[in-house]
Amino acid sequence: MSEKQVTRRNFLYVTTGAFAAAGAASLAWPFVDQMNPDASVKALASTEIDLRPIIPGQSITVMWRGKPVFIRRRTQAEIDEAKKVNLADLPHPEEDSDRAQNPEWLVMVGICTHLGCVPLGQKGDYNGWFCPCHGSHYDTSGRIRKGPAPTNLEIPDYVFLNETTIKIG
Amino acid sequence: MSENYAPKSAVGKWFNDRLPLLNLIYGHLLPYPTPKNLNYWWTFGGILTFCLVTQIITGLVLAMHYVADADLAFASVEHIMRDVNYGWLLRYIHANGASLFFMAVYIHMARSLFYGSYKEPRELIWIIGVFIFLLMIATAFMGYVLPWGQMSFWGATVITNLFSAIPLVGESVTNWLWGGYAVGSPLLTRFFTLHYLMPFLIFALVILHVWALHVPGNNNPEGINVVQGSQDTVPFHPHYVVKDMFALVVFLVVFAGFVFFVPNLLGHTDNYIEANPLQTPEHIVPEWYFLPFYAILRSVPDKLGGVILMVSAIAILAFLPWLDTSKVRSAKYRPLYRQFVWLFFANVILLGYLGAQTADGLFLIIGRIATAYYFAHFIIILPLLGYIEKTKPLPKSLSEPVLSPEERQMKAAASGASA
Repeated sequence: MSEKQVTRRNFLYVTTGAFAAAGAASLAWPFVDQMNPDASVKALASTEIDLRPIIPGQSITVMWRGKPVFIRRRTQAEIDEAKKVNLADLPHPEEDSDRAQNPEWLVMVGICTHLGCVPLGQKGDYNGWFCPCHGSHYDTSGRIRKGPAPTNLEIPDYVFLNETTIKIG
Repeated sequence: MSENYAPKSAVGKWFNDRLPLLNLIYGHLLPYPTPKNLNYWWTFGGILTFCLVTQIITGLVLAMHYVADADLAFASVEHIMRDVNYGWLLRYIHANGASLFFMAVYIHMARSLFYGSYKEPRELIWIIGVFIFLLMIATAFMGYVLPWGQMSFWGATVITNLFSAIPLVGESVTNWLWGGYAVGSPLLTRFFTLHYLMPFLIFALVILHVWALHVPGNNNPEGINVVQGSQDTVPFHPHYVVKDMFALVVFLVVFAGFVFFVPNLLGHTDNYIEANPLQTPEHIVPEWYFLPFYAILRSVPDKLGGVILMVSAIAILAFLPWLDTSKVRSAKYRPLYRQFVWLFFANVILLGYLGAQTADGLFLIIGRIATAYYFAHFIIILPLLGYIEKTKPLPKSLSEPVLSPEERQMKAAASGASA
């Protein structure tokens, strides 16, 4: 028998402590989780947009989940420019066809992936978007080309409900 | 020092016998032995306490009129400025008070760096101070968000997005902070709550800061140990109470100058435009007191790297007592450190200047060099100086450096005779 005997009292200490810790942890969760997006915020999680008023070369900005979403009806020149880019030149390689379900329509979250500013359209070295905050340049497909942003502009989940309407989210 | 205090009144005695609160206050504020040579750089502790109390009182009354809701916040601040009796004054005191608070805390920290106040046995005072500084940064940042102007909104966006740099859980953490998918009302409400809470946490840490200070007693410009109660110390009251009061009055002149003559000098005009989530201002610049750290953030081309470096720039301060290997405290007796510490101060000011400029071209290159130097000061220069620097001989007492040669001889003869 070892000198340090495990007594009935030791067992009670450890199990009581373990139960108290588990109880405290489970009680802490509501206090943490209350800060997560609530039901009313989540309820606004999808938006439908009528695309008919937009002519080629025009963009609109819509709000989705409190964020701006750019919807651009690209010109043929912009589509060609986006398609002919060599993927090896990109910091975050993505095909244009993976970013636009219908090449004419580019739908993306209008938030710079660096620190969340709203980039300005048809500006910058790649004729796409330019973020004034810290100088990130995006191309006509919203892909990062130059500057501190780590990734391309985010593409939200969206579906074409019909020829002229999309649903984001 | 406080044990022999006896209240004179019967009520005081009755109270003190049951709760020795008067005893405690008396001991820490009146006869507390203080080195007799403290200069005006030592008055900033009292000034900072004044700043904290001012922010709490003005903040309390502003909260009686402010509404923490994204649709109402901006209008409620304008309501304070235009309609509430003396609202303009209270808000200008609070807004400029934050700036002056940081001005005072930077001077207070610089004094500690120059005179080596962070060294053994005062490491904990310094570390508690670093935590107070961290809380001040968080409080000031959250407070700046509350008026819900363009700078408030976009500053909050940029800073909360820093958390998205955390690998794997970054996005969940930012959504949790926002209570949504972008900066909005939920964030404003929680920032207001925390902005209200944190000054009281700071207050609690200030009590610990002073308590820890009163164990070894104050450092002093010579940086030598003084024996408490010897000829090198004087009672805190009236000597330093009066000196602190005088410094405070001078500080208040500057404070009033800002509040009454240039209340918006340190602010951004963009913040008088209501927050617009669809339009980012041309240049997002933080308040002046964050600029050095902002410059460090921007000097790194990588998002996560920039965030890590900026956090490290503050965290490294907590390790300062061990990074500085020299046993001599005061820069007065450290000929090399004396130059390097001034270089360090100049470098921080340079970083502050760069933080306000656009991060490209020459500014970016200088910013990177200045960032590298900031860290080099702590992890290369300070550890090495302790080994290569030849320090000057330290005086034996605070009187020695100011005595004439004759007086010094007399004193030496006297102590020789008594020995």
